[in-house]
Order: sequence, then structure tokens, then C-alpha cells
Amino acid sequence: MFEYTFQWRVVWKHWPQLLEAGLLTLQLTILSIIIGLVIASVLAVFRDSSNPFAKYLSVTWVALARNTPALLQIYMAYFGLGAFGIHLSPYTAVLGAVAFNNAGYLAEILRGGFSTVPASQKFAARGLGLTATQSYIYITLPQVLQAVFLPIVNQVIWAMLATSLGMIIGLQELTGMTTFLQSQTFRPFEFYFVAACMYLVIAKIATMLAQIVAAHMFKGGADK
Amino acid sequence: MIEIQEVHKSFGSLKVLKGIDLTVEKGEVVCLIGASGSGKSTLLLCINALESINSGKIIVDGIDVHAPQTNQDQLRRKLGIIFQQFNAFPHLTAQQNVALAPRKVLKTPTKYAQALAQEHLAKVGLGDKLDRYPAQLSGGQQQRLAIARALAMEPDYLLLDEVTSALDPELVGEVLDTLRMLAEDGMTMIAVTHEIPFAREVADRVAFFHQGVIHEIGPAKELINNPQQQRTKEFLGNIL
Ligand SMILES: Nc1ncnc2c1ncn2[C@@H]1O[C@H](COP(=O)(O)OP(=O)(O)OP(=O)(O)O)[C@@H](O)[C@H]1O
Ligand SMILES: [Mg+2]
Repeated sequence: MFEYTFQWRVVWKHWPQLLEAGLLTLQLTILSIIIGLVIASVLAVFRDSSNPFAKYLSVTWVALARNTPALLQIYMAYFGLGAFGIHLSPYTAVLGAVAFNNAGYLAEILRGGFSTVPASQKFAARGLGLTATQSYIYITLPQVLQAVFLPIVNQVIWAMLATSLGMIIGLQELTGMTTFLQSQTFRPFEFYFVAACMYLVIAKIATMLAQIVAAHMFKGGADK
Repeated sequence: MIEIQEVHKSFGSLKVLKGIDLTVEKGEVVCLIGASGSGKSTLLLCINALESINSGKIIVDGIDVHAPQTNQDQLRRKLGIIFQQFNAFPHLTAQQNVALAPRKVLKTPTKYAQALAQEHLAKVGLGDKLDRYPAQLSGGQQQRLAIARALAMEPDYLLLDEVTSALDPELVGEVLDTLRMLAEDGMTMIAVTHEIPFAREVADRVAFFHQGVIHEIGPAKELINNPQQQRTKEFLGNIL
């Protein structure tokens, strides 16, 4: 028999906790993307480096980040590193693992972005008397940004979803908090439903903002 | 004046330029012709230091282009270069394409740079396309944009690398007309071209490149109508 009656008031009562957990998820997402981008910029350069160590580091990082489960990466950060006496808090472990993961994907996105700008663009810029730095800032970078912008937004959403794995090691981000609250209140459907809506709304807002920004910033090379 | 003396250039083990000597006077138009792979484009890139040379000298208005103490960024302002593939900057409008280098290199205030861009675009017949992006322009229009962009830096010399060969035949004329106009204005030009009739009409001298050396050089009409060297005859025979 279908005996379940929805009770939304209990969710409302715990809304402050949900919101706080949602903000933690958002914070983890943003930080992991920023750290990931910084590392990815280095990895993307290392990838084509003539230094074999730099190249090997980049190739290995990208392969590990992209070809192993994100959950395993979190376990490695939280439990695995303990073997070397490195004991991370759940927060740091999740942030580190998701940033590690992001860096691998973002490095490939950036590399793809650079390869869309033909070398002749730089020749044309330098031929006009622009310095190497000016040519990079005004010619190469804007075109790379255009190429990588939407893929990076996708990665942001993927990173947000990946932070939910943090609950497995006891982090009370949105999924973890929701699981905790439903176990206290025996209202699984309501809580998970609301959490799902929160993820969806954040992702949709991010995508829409990105598309508006892209439409304003990148009017030129629609069909290059 | 551009003086090219005994210039050698290799890519790895491939010898591309094997001792080029050529002097181009102010106001002169010199066309370079020759088979694919003979080193014409490479020479142009060496003249404005987009490529290095292995030995010899290139001197532009008394400045040794490849000397270590030479500021090559500064030198390139004198030498406009235009490529076969237009190389318009796709993320900038026509006006921004032209105004960028004056703004960033010459530090011209934006307002003046925009006016300058407008003026040069009008000169090449693109006065009504200021806000178009390159993707919205035809090949011929993109190439004229590239010419306007180079001219806005008020260069003393123009280096042109087969600027019409990526164009549909019906668009070649409009670009050649623009170059003709520049030649009449007294612009000094070194132009790699396959447009032999154009070279005959506009150039003062024509140089025939063969396997990394200038095989024959002479006044345009003489060299094209009455080449002396066997190879030149064969080349012109094939192309005309
Ligand atoms: N950056 C480079 N690295 C290696 N080899 C190069 C490079 N640029 C040119 N070459 C080689 O140098 C030779 C001369 O090239 P170049 O482009 O100067 O010839 P070209 O006379 O302009 O020919 P085309 O009429 O086809 O444009 C060619 O064999 C080419 O493959
Ligand atoms: Mg060439």
C-alpha cells in the first residue's frame, strides 16, 4: 500500500542547515575549480615541454585524474595518504581530490583551446609590431578563452556533482547533510528532492550566466 | 632601403636560402616569383625578423635586423607584412583589428586610433564594414582588412606574400586594385606573387627564385617578356 504522505514542513524547519550545506558545496566547487585551473595551466604548458620530467608529470597527472574514479581519488586523499603520515580533514581531502581531478580535465581543455589558435595569428600580431606579451594577451588568450569557456563551465558543474562524494568520508556538504537530516527525520523523499532541486538550480543558473556572458564577450569567431 | 646580403637560412638540415643578395630602394616595387618551396615566404619572414637567419645580413634603413642589440619589435613597425591567409583577428571587429596595433604599439589614444582605422578601412573600400567581424567578411574583404591593418601602422615598407592566391578569381581584382593604388602612392613593396601580369604592370623589378637563390633579376617588363635564363623561361612558360 502507498502510505507515504509528503511532509514539507520538516524540510523547511531544517532549511538553514540545508542552505549552509549548499553553500559549502558551492565553496568547494569554486575553490576546486580555481586550484584546478591554476594547476591545469601549468600542466598544459608542461605537456609540450622539452623537459622529460615536466612532460611525464603532466601526462601521468592527466591520465590518473581522467581514468580513475573520483571516489577512489577521494579515498586516496583521505585514507591513502595516511600511509605517508599525511592526515587530511574530510574538507581538505575532498577539496584536494576534486581539484586534482579538475586539473586533469582542465589541462586537456586548455590544451585544446591553445591548439585552436593557428600559429599564423601570432605571426600577424608580431608582424604589426606587438611584443610577444602583447600578442599573447590581446590575440592568443582571448581566442583560447572563447574556445574553452563553455567546456570549463561544464567542468564546474561536474566538479559540483563530484563534491557530493565527500559524504562518504563524513563531509556534510549538500548530499551529506541531506542524508543526515533524512535519517533524523525519516523523510528521505522530501529531503533528497529538495537537495536535487538545489543542485539543479545552481547548475542551471551557472550555465545561463555563462551563456549570457559568452554571448556578450565572444561575438566574433562563431564560425571559425 | 632594404639591403639583403649573402643571406643563408636552414630549417634543420634543409637549406632554404642559399645566399640571397637583393637591394630594394625607397619607392621601388619588387616582385618575387618562383616555384613552390623555393624560399620566397621564408625570405619575407627573415626581412622582418619573424624568422632568424643563419648567416649574412639584412639591413633596413641602416639597422641590422638580426643583430642582437636590435629592437625587433620596434623595427617591425617600419615593415608591414600581409599574408596569403589574411590572418584577420577573428575576435575583433574590422575597426578593432585595425586600431589594435596603433593603440598598443604606438600608444595612440583609442579615439584617434578608431578614427585612423575608419580612415584606412575607407581607403580600401571597407568604410561601411567597421563593425563586422572577419567571419562576416568575404575573403577579398578580409584581405583588404589585412592591408588596412598594416597601413594603419604607417609602415615604410610592405612585404606581401601571395596576398591573392587564397582568393576566388573574381575577388583577386579588388585586392590587386588596392595594391596598384599603393604603388602609385609610392609605397615601397616586396611582393611574392603568382600574378605575372600584375608583376609586369606594377613592379619595377622582378626576381626569379630558384632553389634558394635569385636565379635571375631584372626590370619587370624585360624579365617577363624576355627572360635570359633557361629556368626562368620554363617557369614563365608554365605559368602563363
Ligand atoms: N617553419 C618551418 N619549418 C621547417 N621547414 C619550413 C618552415 N617554413 C618553411 N619550411 C620549408 O622551407 C622551404 C621553403 O618554404 P617557403 O615557404 O619559403 O617557400 P615558398 O617559396 O614561399 O613556397 P610557396 O610558393 O609554396 O609559398 C619549404 O621546403 C618548406 O617546407
Ligand atoms: Mg610561400
